[in-house]
Amino acid sequence: MVFPGTWSDRDCAHAVGEVLRQPVQFIDHRVERLDDLDLVILPGGFSYGDYLRCGAIARFAPVMAAVAEFADRGGLVLGICNGFQVLQEARMLPGALLKNASCEFRCEWVNLRVEQADGAFTAECRLGQVLRIPISHGEGNFYADADTLQDLEANGQVVFRYCAADGRVTDAANPNGSLGNIAGIMNARGNVLGMMPHPERACEALLGGSDGLKIFESAIRALQRVAA
Amino acid sequence: MFRAEVFVTLKPVVNDPAGLTIRHGLQSLGFDSVEEVRSGKYLVLTLDEADEARARAQVEDMAGQLLANAVIEDYRIQIEPVGETALRGERRA
Repeated sequence: MVFPGTWSDRDCAHAVGEVLRQPVQFIDHRVERLDDLDLVILPGGFSYGDYLRCGAIARFAPVMAAVAEFADRGGLVLGICNGFQVLQEARMLPGALLKNASCEFRCEWVNLRVEQADGAFTAECRLGQVLRIPISHGEGNFYADADTLQDLEANGQVVFRYCAADGRVTDAANPNGSLGNIAGIMNARGNVLGMMPHPERACEALLGGSDGLKIFESAIRALQRVAA
Repeated sequence: MFRAEVFVTLKPVVNDPAGLTIRHGLQSLGFDSVEEVRSGKYLVLTLDEADEARARAQVEDMAGQLLANAVIEDYRIQIEPVGETALRGERRA
């Protein structure tokens, strides 16, 4: 999915197309129908300059109605960074992402603990496994009101938490002030995932690590199961 | 015509890192009396609308749909007549 200001679309296409050898299409934000797609990725960036709020304008792009319909049909949707913010503004995922508690833009490698290992996006991971994936954002401070947070935890919708290298979830390992160290959540149905870290930037050893591949490989595996 | 001012602020329960940083800056400058700073957005809309109640209802709708995010933000709206409407008001007076 390419909005004006999206900047990680080519990185995602490289990871899925070049590294994993899957067919990739760039979808323009003005497209009104999504046909023959298995997985929709909303990549990172600064859609519409992040004017008003991150993701607030992108939500009204013609393509977003089609993305919502695609998700309603059970299609897999992955929102990364700005894409996560767009999915929240579109109310396809709960909560919001505030300015980082440090007020700094953070661009660094972080450790993520896998909290759900049987979903469409994490089936290739082990429960409690620590993934090394970079973040790159100024507004990734996950917030939801107490009731929503409780529901997310109770329903097992928290997929990733920022953690130390040994898997302990600590304040020191939280790069942005997110409640519960939350780095990624999914919807109740499990077909829409939003995450602040960039798995597409951790897909080759040459670039510092390949843990991000597990997320794309999980989605591919889930789709193959459906097709089989 | 009406001019609507929309003040968007983070809900009181939501942490405001920018406000905290500004408070710290003010305290560093010696403004010791500053206890709290809350940051927000200020939007000014000019509406081609003759009726104040309708103008207000529209801005409420805009705030609910786009200008504020109800998950984290509150808003306050202030409306006043401008241009032709204001002139008509003056002539009546």
